Amino acid sequence: MAKRIDVSGLTAFYGGFKAIEDISMTVEPRTVTAFIGPSGCGKSTFLRTLNRMHEVTPGGRVEGKVMLDDENLYGSGVDPVTVRRTVGMVFQRPNPFPTMSIYDNVAAGLKLNGVRKKGELDSIVEKSLKGANLWNEVKDRLNKPGSGLSGGQQQRLCIARAIAVEPQVLLMDEPCSALDPISTLAIEDLIGELKTRFTIVIVTHNMQQAARVSDRTAFFNLAAVGQPGKLIEIDDTERIFSNPSVQATEDYISGRFG
Amino acid sequence: MSDILVEDKTPTPAPVPRTPRLASRQLPKWAPLAIAAGAIAIAAAIGAGFGLDSKIQWGLIALVLFVLGSYVITARVEGRRQAKDRVATSLVWSSFILAVIPLYSLVQTTISNGSKVLDGTFLTHSMNNVLTIQPGGGIYHAIIGTVEQVAIATAIAAPLGILTAIYLVEYGKGALAKWVTFFVDVMTGIPSIVAGLFILSMWFVLLDKAPATGFAGSLALAILMMPIVVRSTEEMLKLVPNELREASLALGVPKWRTITKVVIPTALGGITTGVMLSIARIAGETAPIALLVFGSNVINNDPFKDPQASLPLYIYQQYGNGNEPSYDRAWAAALVLIAFVMILNLVARGIARWKAPKTGR
Amino acid sequence: MTTTAPPSAAPPRAAKTVTRPGDRIFAGMSRGSGIFLLVVMAAIAVFLTVRAVSAISKDHGNFLTTFEWNAGLNPPVFGIAVLAYGTIVSSVIAMLIAVPIAVGIALFITHYAPRRVGGVLAYVIDLLAAVPSIIYGLWGAIFLVPHMKGLNLWLDTYFGWTVIFDKQDPNSAARSLFTVGILLAIMILPIITNVSREVIRQMPKMHEEAALALGATRWEVIRLSVLPFARSGIISASMLGLGRALGETMAVATVLSASPQLSAHLLDPLGGTFSQNIVAKFGEADQFGRDALIASGLVLFFITLLVNGAARLIIARRKEYSGANA
Repeated sequence: MAKRIDVSGLTAFYGGFKAIEDISMTVEPRTVTAFIGPSGCGKSTFLRTLNRMHEVTPGGRVEGKVMLDDENLYGSGVDPVTVRRTVGMVFQRPNPFPTMSIYDNVAAGLKLNGVRKKGELDSIVEKSLKGANLWNEVKDRLNKPGSGLSGGQQQRLCIARAIAVEPQVLLMDEPCSALDPISTLAIEDLIGELKTRFTIVIVTHNMQQAARVSDRTAFFNLAAVGQPGKLIEIDDTERIFSNPSVQATEDYISGRFG
Repeated sequence: MSDILVEDKTPTPAPVPRTPRLASRQLPKWAPLAIAAGAIAIAAAIGAGFGLDSKIQWGLIALVLFVLGSYVITARVEGRRQAKDRVATSLVWSSFILAVIPLYSLVQTTISNGSKVLDGTFLTHSMNNVLTIQPGGGIYHAIIGTVEQVAIATAIAAPLGILTAIYLVEYGKGALAKWVTFFVDVMTGIPSIVAGLFILSMWFVLLDKAPATGFAGSLALAILMMPIVVRSTEEMLKLVPNELREASLALGVPKWRTITKVVIPTALGGITTGVMLSIARIAGETAPIALLVFGSNVINNDPFKDPQASLPLYIYQQYGNGNEPSYDRAWAAALVLIAFVMILNLVARGIARWKAPKTGR
Repeated sequence: MTTTAPPSAAPPRAAKTVTRPGDRIFAGMSRGSGIFLLVVMAAIAVFLTVRAVSAISKDHGNFLTTFEWNAGLNPPVFGIAVLAYGTIVSSVIAMLIAVPIAVGIALFITHYAPRRVGGVLAYVIDLLAAVPSIIYGLWGAIFLVPHMKGLNLWLDTYFGWTVIFDKQDPNSAARSLFTVGILLAIMILPIITNVSREVIRQMPKMHEEAALALGATRWEVIRLSVLPFARSGIISASMLGLGRALGETMAVATVLSASPQLSAHLLDPLGGTFSQNIVAKFGEADQFGRDALIASGLVLFFITLLVNGAARLIIARRKEYSGANA
């Protein structure tokens, strides 16, 4: 299922402002890659270019190539809707559809894709909720609104919703930043399980989290406020946290700035 | 944790449809335009062929053809989901066009018909000694009436409305404030004719006679204006940050001085805007004026004695005369009224933008 | 404790400390204004009721079921059946046309139009909401009525079998409840659009992104997240529009050619509405006739109270609901 992401020469704009410049990297299938860096360095923007969510923002514009295996996300004739269907996303704040039940939240993407049969929906919903480690907590109240769950449960519900459509890649934009430590731990465990099936890219502010969950880590930085963010280096997580090859990375990790 | 891993290793044949290739067949960018052009052409052909004389029918046929055509073509090329999306887009666009036509026509008709007899004489003369079937005459007396009635209404409603809003924001707690809030909402929905009837019945009950003065009309207008002023002022006062109030109170300034010297000046721009918008609203009210002021052909500068004219009522009465010169006068008066209301609106919005509290957003 | 208000009033916040005269006067004035507003509301109900009751008690017809309005006869016979029917039918037509189109325009402004176009359009529609109703009435009577002829003919020809679109005299002017409904629709369109647009605009971006990230098309985003979120807001916007349509006087009085007939043929020039009837009959009415009109106004007052109350209830519920998942 999982696919390789190959980014080359990617630059993203907000109107006239260049948010990130000339980023190239490769993300291997079935790995977790973490993006770290100071606020405003463009790591979230970069993440959103990987499923063409960036262009939803007014003035959002992208140059460069993002290859998913052998297909360019920004190639001609590519429908962004299909891209987002293939590359799932989990957001900073849990955002279940407020008017839908837990069941309908998970089934929403499937229904869009034309899955209508009750039995089929049931089995995928159950599988996805199990995959998100949420099944045991909600199986008795599948018809209750998703907004009634706790923050951590809501976030896992969003993960279940995202994996229900079997994407190739799962993008996570600071998925734990709005959660308490226990919920965070649950999500981190879940990420470890999910990577056997998906290519995962996660943006995080928390360096311990990057060290705990990721196989590879990319460090982003910007020269000054108003300058575009750049990829400083990407390497195995162990190397980045023990022996980075760039001084700025070491400074950031050891807490000298950022 | 382990059992889930086990479950994952068994390759479940995904019941989800296989991931499609990213690139799919897409209609070119000009497709909607081409479909629209085709629909209009066919509709014109049908319309001419069957001898339908109403252009509205041509338009409706074109619209239906456009929606159907974009669905069928998109469904064949891009698939059902995209086709539905396309239909939604064309419906949204059509609703926009459907709405723009009458609203544009309204403004356009008023301007073109209104400019026929609108000149200096029209603005400076009354209808005194002008037969309704004659051209000539003007709206001077109506402008006087409207200005006086609206001014009195504002003098009553603006202070009461602003004070009520201050009460609700600065003092209001408990049942009384809840009731006031609720009834302000309810009052906003009172039909203008009911406000007119109320003043009428009040005159009957208290004075035992029919009103027929500009002042009675002003009272009805004030009733319509008050809730609007309360609402908008309330919104503006709520935008004033609490820190400002606390800073002032902490300096030992009494509460009422804090409100008059700190809170109100901060929100003054917004309050002014609200009052001006509500003036624009009541200036066009016709029904209560028709019941209470009666209208007049001559200049009457005294709003407390004898009937007066007013612009909206003048339009109604000229329309009621039912002949061309009167229609022309009605349109010209309508143009003046629209211009007055629009200028008030534009100025009010200008003030709102210029004086917007810096902390607002 | 300030003392200018009746004891039922809640104590103001400043009550704990020694109240300065300035504070007491100012608080009293502002509270007094609030109370005055309540008094006005009560007075409206009381005065209207007093006059209405005296009129209805002398009515020799049934006030609720009589068709004609002959308060000048001796004995007087008048009833609101035709008026209530006409008011409700024309408002329902207006709602059926205006609400979908208004939601369409609101979506057009927020989701479809290029940003700058949307901004300008929103501004223009804001301005149009301020156009006085008499001007809609003038335009409706002089411009819209003749232009409705083709549509009337067409409806009569192809949908005459539905009875409601059966025009009994094809040559009669289109001064019908149907035309009134369309004119009211055009009139309330800007208000419904504005309020709906405001509600949609306030929707948090994250709900839309949730749908987008699942691979939803623009329409699916609207269906999955925008419309469910905005639904109660749109309903209350529609109720506000309905309130306007029910009470509208001038746009109806200029267009409708009224007669005391209650008919399902919506294209025929007949029928009447509360406010139209009041304005039309007021000039020739004597004291008693005016009281009778006041009685019909009282009914209109209660209908609009109900509609507005319902709208407020929906808004209040919406607040709770959006607070629950903030």
